[in-house]
Amino acid sequence: MLDDFLIRAALAGVGTAIATAPMGCFVVWRRMAYFGDATAHASILGVALALAFSLPVVWGAAMVALLMASVVSSLSGRGVAMDTLLGVMAHSALAFGLVAVSFIDGVRIDLMAYLFGDILAVTKTDLAVIWGGAGVVLVLLAYRWQALLTSTLNPDLAYAAGLNPKREQLVLTLALALVVAVAIKVVGVLLIAALLLIPAAAARPFSRTPEGMAALAMGIGIVAALAGLGVSWEFDTPAGPSIVCTAALIFLAAVLWRSFKNRPVQPH
Amino acid sequence: MSPTSLVTLDDITVRLGGHTALAHVSLALKPGEIVTVVGPNGSGKSTLLRTLVGAITPQSGKVRRARDLRLGYVPQKLALDPTLPMTVARFLSLPKWRSAPETAQALERAGIPDLASRQMTELSGGQFQRALLARALLDRPQLLLLDEATQGLDQPGSATFYRLIEDIRRDTGAAILMVSHELHVVMSASDRVICLNGHICCEGHPEHVASAPEYRALFGSGTQGALALYRHAHDHSHDGDCDHDYPHDHPHAHPHDRGDAA
Repeated sequence: MLDDFLIRAALAGVGTAIATAPMGCFVVWRRMAYFGDATAHASILGVALALAFSLPVVWGAAMVALLMASVVSSLSGRGVAMDTLLGVMAHSALAFGLVAVSFIDGVRIDLMAYLFGDILAVTKTDLAVIWGGAGVVLVLLAYRWQALLTSTLNPDLAYAAGLNPKREQLVLTLALALVVAVAIKVVGVLLIAALLLIPAAAARPFSRTPEGMAALAMGIGIVAALAGLGVSWEFDTPAGPSIVCTAALIFLAAVLWRSFKNRPVQPH
Repeated sequence: MSPTSLVTLDDITVRLGGHTALAHVSLALKPGEIVTVVGPNGSGKSTLLRTLVGAITPQSGKVRRARDLRLGYVPQKLALDPTLPMTVARFLSLPKWRSAPETAQALERAGIPDLASRQMTELSGGQFQRALLARALLDRPQLLLLDEATQGLDQPGSATFYRLIEDIRRDTGAAILMVSHELHVVMSASDRVICLNGHICCEGHPEHVASAPEYRALFGSGTQGALALYRHAHDHSHDGDCDHDYPHDHPHAHPHDRGDAA
């Protein structure tokens, strides 16, 4: 069954959606959208370094993503106006990564595959990495779920309950780096943040609890991955961007449906 | 530090962003006492509470907590991000999962029995404060820290709130530390008042503090009501409904303030 590249692609998409959805909820709740961007973009530098030293790409990406996520997360605690700094870091990391990649001679690497993903070329090893990584992310988030939620709600409440919000932030940082490493093959570094944000945002209007939102986001992510693959197959479009487009359309439908339902009744 | 203290601050100094928020503050809280911290805006009241909670580490001095101390904390402000869906019942299950009966009982106690399935963002100011209190009570705290817990409540609402606090102290034996602007109401219910302005200006029995020159320097003549009500409450047991039949020397304050103290 795994010999069929379409099945492998579908499994890769589902595995990625399972990891990105709950992580994406925290990105939305904690207003870390740019944080996700910076981390994902930085990982291209990790890809370049890994290729240069003939290491597994996923390790290089995860390491640099972790480094970037730690730097950003330590800066965010200092009350600095963050958006400019994050923008600078996100785009410079990407640019440095692209320049670094150009220095690598020998094997011609397909840059596009790292920028936009190459889900149709997923190997069995890639699948193991994706599902393994997704599993670790899920276990990590589930294990710290209550503490993460309390810290997200209000750090002082977490302190009063004997928790350490800084440690929980570290857990999220680690999970984010893992998610980035896992998702590169599927959507590429440029669109990882979209896979974090869009399913969570689409799930928000229909959710009453954090768990409900994470579960729904997961469902939306899976549907987007499978439908996006289908579209890509049918119309010969790039798979990663097709998945993100599908997710965006679901988001649009969710928002429209919600605002239609909530439309106030006009007095005659 | 007395062995019975729940929390002790020993000569702590806290600097926040370059300015000294608290200087050489020492404080010990004992089981079952109600302590009120009063002070003008920016006097370090919230900083004091956040230090007690552990959210702020002082630059110098020591914070000592009793082993396995259960803290209930009601923060001054809780800005809920609208992207985070949260029912009242779910909020009460943070960070520990609570059974439905436990949750229902806590909401009942806080006076909002019907709101379990409401979204936190849909609550009124008073309901929100009660939800915060209900959550703080679930852990059966030995020390309850309330930061301006009645802000946004009207007069009857805050009077009811303070009555609830006294009931909680009576029923659970929890020590209570509150920060408040509402001097006249708060002081009547307190065993001890601490007047804070970056440092502890004066502290002690409410009557003592209300007549202290340091306190008067901070709050001026606006303390008339506090003093009056304090004496009024002091001469009475709190269970009575304030039908007093004795002569007193502050008739002006009573018709207005009585309802609050009752």
